[in-house]
Amino acid sequence: MNYIIDRRLNSKKKSTVNRQRFFKRYRHHIKKAVSDAVDKRSITDMDKGEKISIPTKDINEPIFHHGEGGKNTRVLPGNDRFNTGDQISRPQGGSGQASGKGNASDSGKGEDDFVFQITQEEFLNFMFEDLELSNMVKRQLAGVDEFEIRRAGYTNEGSPGKVNIIRSLRSANSRRIALVGKKRRRLKELKSELKKLEEEEGENSERKLFLTQEMEELQGKIKRVPWIDDFDLKYNLHVKFPIPHSQAVMFCIMDVSGSMDQSTKDIAKRFFLLLYLFLQRNYEKIDVVFIRHHTSAKEVSEKNFFYDRETGGTIVSSALHLMDEILAERYPQSQWNIYGAQASDGDNWNDDSSTCYKLMTEKLLPKLQYYSYLEITSRKHQALWHAYEKVLEGFPQKFAMKQLENAADIYPVFRELFQKKTL
Amino acid sequence: MKKRLPLSTGSEWTFELLEKYNQEIAKIAEEFGLDSYPNQIEVINSEQMMDAYASVGMPIGYSHWSYGKQFLNVERSYKRGQMGLAYEIVINSSPCIAYLMEENTITMQALVIAHACYGHNSFFKGNYLFRTWTDAESIIDYLVFAKNYISQCEERYGEANVEAIIDSCHAIMNNGVDRYKRPYPLSPVEEAERQKEREIYLQEQVNDLWRTIPLIEKDEEEGEKTRFPEEPQENLLYFIEKNAPLLEPWQREVVRIVRKIAQYFYPQRQTQVMNEGWACFWHYFILNTLYDRGLVTEGFMMEFMQSHSGVIYQPPYNSDYFSGVNPYTLGFHMMTDIRRICENPTDEDKQWFPDIAGSDWCKTLDFAMRNFKDESFILQYLSPHLIRELKLFAILDDDSRESIEVSAIHDDLGYQHIRETLSAQYNIGNREPNIQVYNVDVRGDRSLTLHHSRFNRRPLDQDDTVEVLKHIHRLWGFDVHLHSLEDTKIEQSFTCPVKDTDVAKQREIF
Repeated sequence: MNYIIDRRLNSKKKSTVNRQRFFKRYRHHIKKAVSDAVDKRSITDMDKGEKISIPTKDINEPIFHHGEGGKNTRVLPGNDRFNTGDQISRPQGGSGQASGKGNASDSGKGEDDFVFQITQEEFLNFMFEDLELSNMVKRQLAGVDEFEIRRAGYTNEGSPGKVNIIRSLRSANSRRIALVGKKRRRLKELKSELKKLEEEEGENSERKLFLTQEMEELQGKIKRVPWIDDFDLKYNLHVKFPIPHSQAVMFCIMDVSGSMDQSTKDIAKRFFLLLYLFLQRNYEKIDVVFIRHHTSAKEVSEKNFFYDRETGGTIVSSALHLMDEILAERYPQSQWNIYGAQASDGDNWNDDSSTCYKLMTEKLLPKLQYYSYLEITSRKHQALWHAYEKVLEGFPQKFAMKQLENAADIYPVFRELFQKKTL
Repeated sequence: MKKRLPLSTGSEWTFELLEKYNQEIAKIAEEFGLDSYPNQIEVINSEQMMDAYASVGMPIGYSHWSYGKQFLNVERSYKRGQMGLAYEIVINSSPCIAYLMEENTITMQALVIAHACYGHNSFFKGNYLFRTWTDAESIIDYLVFAKNYISQCEERYGEANVEAIIDSCHAIMNNGVDRYKRPYPLSPVEEAERQKEREIYLQEQVNDLWRTIPLIEKDEEEGEKTRFPEEPQENLLYFIEKNAPLLEPWQREVVRIVRKIAQYFYPQRQTQVMNEGWACFWHYFILNTLYDRGLVTEGFMMEFMQSHSGVIYQPPYNSDYFSGVNPYTLGFHMMTDIRRICENPTDEDKQWFPDIAGSDWCKTLDFAMRNFKDESFILQYLSPHLIRELKLFAILDDDSRESIEVSAIHDDLGYQHIRETLSAQYNIGNREPNIQVYNVDVRGDRSLTLHHSRFNRRPLDQDDTVEVLKHIHRLWGFDVHLHSLEDTKIEQSFTCPVKDTDVAKQREIF
């Protein structure tokens, strides 16, 4: 009795539960590794999986076993030089030949870390765990791209495939009752009169004839009422129902004046990317608008945004103006969740900063969900920072500003900006 | 020589071919008297193989993070190409389940069928340890019961609580085995029904032990003198299951499940050399017979010989790849050597093995397979011939001496010594610390005292022992003490939870 069974199509993921249990147990380790990884990663592979390593001692499953010492005897194969009674000096540090100290697998010390791979999905989960978008989500009927078919009662017209049999027969039945009810009643009366006449055995044959004629006529009429008619047919009605879904637009504003060097831009880019990934997990649809500015602002492609370099002074308000224009033109406030992130090294035309303040408080912030300002510099703050500080006072919920000095700050700052807030 | 009519010529396998090979292999196995359980051969892909790996050879296991860890480990090594997956996994059950990997060539599939489905399978059915300790008919059912029970517990009492208990049980799993008593075989159908009954009964038993109502005078006087348990007990899990005062009924059942599974794997730990040796011997024999009968091609044999010699390769002690004696090598050579002694005994063999020299090799091997475990098998059958061939030598590493001594090599004086030393190396009693339940302070603080009897003055590993004690403490619920004894002298002492005064006090008492 032998069977050969093909199990290849059976489920593969038998270990998924155990794997998840493991993650749950070591989530602190994994989270730390993820956070370290975010800092180290280059921008293009931000959303890949990650190798996680956990110290073996933390993951050890202890059992009773012998430690070093005592008297050990051991048999080894492949003798090529020893004779009975030879003395071998004890290997130092355990790396020498033939160290007879128990079983090799027994000693858990000095082993490498336990290393394993997590997937992109898992990586992002850990990366954005405990973070939230601070400012509500607008759900709007946007566009016409997504519908859901819903039931909407019954209708008199439709394709044969959607005939509702119960409804159709019910309406046929009531129509028949309505049309023949009176006639049947009359028929019944005639029948009983005829019966009475027959019992009396009178000479009333004229009357009899009349009655029979009328009865036949009635029966004919009843018979002619159709069992089911076109207008009895009822159909299930389905309607397309537009699904509201959330959409967001993210404005990335960056200073590209001569003072911003490639590494500063790189830091800014990483921050924008984190923000993008994070928004992507929260909204079904995301638009990204890149605005770069020096003395004047321009909407550009992603590539130009990060890699073009221009020289010139800096007027931040130009970018804010442009953002406001784009908002008015393409992103009505009622339909879009609007986020803005601005990165700069803090340089600005001095008298421009007050214009920025005005623009932010009066025009932009009332429309936005959230706006964050990053100053990537290790120098002293300048006018722009102080202007924004005033903004912060007015809009503590919607506005955030942080200073970054190097790449290692990005993730912590990001986490800080989007930390779940308990009110 | 017969005209060759090979079953196949390519390297691809199909289900028809597997069927054909299986038939031919079964024919040969029957001719040479291999008695095995029915086979259930399952073809799986590599990912499923990793799953099977991770569950340490149980086809159905309860959920636990440690299996997840195992899986990640296997997955990583496999993806990096550090480790080929084993060609097969075989499960001691009836029908005997063997997994074949889809990626294997037909040669490998045939090798695996011969190795697992007839080699290991007949060993499971024949060897006395498996016959005594495991019940192949019921294991799958029991595992299903265990999995369901544990997931029910998780729903009712929370994942974290169940996990904690299982963690603790795993820590003393190796000490959860009855080494000397025969377990009472219980049908799996009964198991589930009787579980509830047992729950109630057990709880009553425990309550009785911790009864606070005063006993009659006479009992009390005697109680002062006796220890509980009266005799030291080696099976920690069993002792905890029956006597731990604070465990809930469901927790006892979980302890029991882990204990049962430990017991199921116990014979495998004791017969690795024999089991693999037996399976290797038979796959080698069967495939060669297939060749002799003209059923396979030269190319097939070349491929087979290559992987066979890979499996039984023994790196010498000073090689980078050396990690102890390879059980496949030792087992295979011993089995082959027994056959040689039976068929072509030398004078030396006649002197060392008067009983088997010249006897029927088939019967002799069968007898050896049935009635030994690694330890006794080596002690009985390791021949001087083989010691010379493998160039075995014994070393003595005594920490009271300055250097390591070579105590024996492959010469006339050394054979017996090497044999005994190697045999002792496979004695679980020597390999693992001998820890027993010594006493419970029933009338005092309810603390549990364990004793470790030292063998060859070998101490317990400090760090891990402390960790294990924490687990035992979780199960027991009151203080746990562990003394490591050299004769009657305490060499090491552990207490959980750690109290400075406790250690000192315990020392004084002794």
